[in-house]
Amino acid sequence: EPDPLITEVQDWASTTGAGVDATPYGLPIEYESDVVRRTVPWLTADPISSINFTPIHALDGTITPQGCAFERHHSGAISLRKEDYRLMINGLVDTPLVFTYEDLERFPRENRTYFLECAANTGMEWAGAQLNGAQFTHGMIHNMEYSGVPLRTLLAEAGVQTEGKWVYVEGADASSNGRSIPLEKALEDCMVATRANGEALRMEHGYPARLVVPGWEGNMWVKWLRRIEVTNGPVESREETSKYTDTLADGTSRKWTWVMDAKSVITSPSPQAPITHGHGPLVITGMAWSGRGAITGVDVTMDGGKTWQKARLAAPGQDKALTRFYLDTEWNGEEMFLQSRARDETGYIQPTKDQLREVRGENSVYHNNGIQTWWVNGNGEAENVEIS
Amino acid sequence: ATPVPVVDGATDTLNGQGDTMAVAGEDTAPAHAKFGLGRVALPEEIAAWNLDIMPDGTGLPEGEGDVWTGDEVFAENCAVCHGDFAEGVDNWPKLAGGKGTLDRKDPVKTVGSYWPYLSTTYDYVRRSMPFGMAQTLSDDDVYAIVAYILYSNDLVDEDFVLSKDTFLDVEMPNADGFIVDDRAETEYDQFSQEPCMESCKESVEITMRAAVLDVTPDHGGDEAAAEPAPEDDASQMAEATPEEATAESAEESASAPAAESEAAPETADASTPDAAPESADDSEPEAAAEEAAAVAVAADPELVAAGEKVFKKCQACHQVGEGAKNRVGPVLNGVVGRTAGTLDGFKYSKAMIGAGEEGLTWTSETLHEYLADPKGYLKGNKMAFAGLKKPDDVDAVVAFLEAHP
Repeated sequence: EPDPLITEVQDWASTTGAGVDATPYGLPIEYESDVVRRTVPWLTADPISSINFTPIHALDGTITPQGCAFERHHSGAISLRKEDYRLMINGLVDTPLVFTYEDLERFPRENRTYFLECAANTGMEWAGAQLNGAQFTHGMIHNMEYSGVPLRTLLAEAGVQTEGKWVYVEGADASSNGRSIPLEKALEDCMVATRANGEALRMEHGYPARLVVPGWEGNMWVKWLRRIEVTNGPVESREETSKYTDTLADGTSRKWTWVMDAKSVITSPSPQAPITHGHGPLVITGMAWSGRGAITGVDVTMDGGKTWQKARLAAPGQDKALTRFYLDTEWNGEEMFLQSRARDETGYIQPTKDQLREVRGENSVYHNNGIQTWWVNGNGEAENVEIS
Repeated sequence: ATPVPVVDGATDTLNGQGDTMAVAGEDTAPAHAKFGLGRVALPEEIAAWNLDIMPDGTGLPEGEGDVWTGDEVFAENCAVCHGDFAEGVDNWPKLAGGKGTLDRKDPVKTVGSYWPYLSTTYDYVRRSMPFGMAQTLSDDDVYAIVAYILYSNDLVDEDFVLSKDTFLDVEMPNADGFIVDDRAETEYDQFSQEPCMESCKESVEITMRAAVLDVTPDHGGDEAAAEPAPEDDASQMAEATPEEATAESAEESASAPAAESEAAPETADASTPDAAPESADDSEPEAAAEEAAAVAVAADPELVAAGEKVFKKCQACHQVGEGAKNRVGPVLNGVVGRTAGTLDGFKYSKAMIGAGEEGLTWTSETLHEYLADPKGYLKGNKMAFAGLKKPDDVDAVVAFLEAHP
């Protein structure tokens, strides 16, 4: 039976489409309207101090569009004009300085691609499988190309004194969200970014300037960055003591757990991205990342870990950035237990959830980088499960 | 070299070191040419922003506060979210209790049970609280609030007065409860073993399914995606997350199962892009403005739009428009014309209910008086808002509320 979509002249092949100015700044086509950030209302007391999730199940490649990259605000996303923006460097420096936005644009800048993962990503899964969808289990992550000034350049402009061992960074919003960062890291690869993926930062990502702290938990990437203070010790602010610390089984807690360990997840098939095409060729895909360097390999299993095979990396892993992987396979309706396992350049291999629980117990909230399992049934539908 | 202003103890060491510019930083920062950009930060500017307080109390301001003053200040500014006894309302943080729970499932982490440094409490309250009105408290009020929180945690006696002098007398019970990240020692070696690739296990059994205690929002994906887990038992949600599940989430879970017939239309709505929470928020004001224009010819669209901006000050606690829910404060749809303290499902203060019973109705006039000075107009009501100082702002926000009948 001939396909009428081919044999009959369609409207779009006969009439005209939209003119060039129909959308001066475009949104995705209406058919992709399901690819949006989503929140889990019961997680927090109020949407102003809350989090939502990147629709990773529907994205490909490695760059996350700003418009659907997850948001986490502690006191709401503020609207701050470039003209009203000030960045102060004070503390143990030779000359405390104030920069305007325009000043920032006059320093030599770099372009770097990094992932940002919330320390709480996958946190709701510590005690067991709970949320059905990669967006909800692993969506507190994004990966963007940042343009900005290396933090070391700005610090050098003020002149760090020898007593300076830490920097304390804070935002202009009401939460201020201050965090202490060792000076070594500040000088190594942190940057003050003004653009992401080529365009100005979106309001929700810290317009007009945010801190980039490669490989370290997202909470330290202070948005609406307004002040950098060089100190001789950590401030021990609320976000580095009462939050973003990891309580172990015996009740002691780890602090300063900044780095995000190697992790991966299959984004399709997954609960929000079931197999709908029937038997035959199937593309299994996902993403992997490590805060300690580049991803060097990803293994995928379809039988719950009895046998593993090496996935194909779409490109060689980059330092502290997302890597896309594919496993091009055949599916003939058999039940699958899909898992992925990342390896980074330090030789670290993504652990199972049970391995993590063995060390840390079940009371942790943050830093759950355990291997995720999707159970795919004969209809191609997937569910978040844990397996023996 | 530019003289270096000394702002607080953290920068005391700068004294007399203004000339080290050429050498300073060489052992830490790579050598860099100076660009001569920016300007010197003035002492007043640094003082205005540099609020941080170090664990040893460096940076604490002058002043003091006692427990009983704290009780009052807390009741007025904090209790609406954190409860009269710092026990937490709904999902808002508990600030007291939790002693001895850290090694249990679902530890209760409060200032008393968990926070290692008292400095953090003062620092955080002063810079970020109350939620939606940060940096409006006096230093003495902050001392009083912190003293009350300590008292609520049985850490100080009722006659305690907190100041920079007594600050270090307070012992924080969990001060020794933290270790520095030891993943490198405890995990990295065992998580770097060559993994098995072939014949790694005999069998695979499912030990846990998300569908059993599914707490996934029902607009979690396309319809096909929602199907694999239709028999979710939302009543288990409370068990799944005992700490987080609140009255509010329970309410939502009650309407969550897509299997129930009534909830189905809602699910369908929610999966359309317009109903996604964010876009809903975004579209709301426009829709509201249109509606207002259509309904009330007299309404000045510019004033309503200005009121929408002013309303940002209110929205930490109040919602308005389609889908608005009671939060810390009641829904404000239809507030104009409503008798005070009468919206179903919201727990008002006695003062507000009393005022309603005595005949207070919210009109443009009464709202004007109330919003200019909420505490003065209605003593004992629990709205923790200092009031709108500019008459124009009051006009605008009242117009905005009138546009939401």
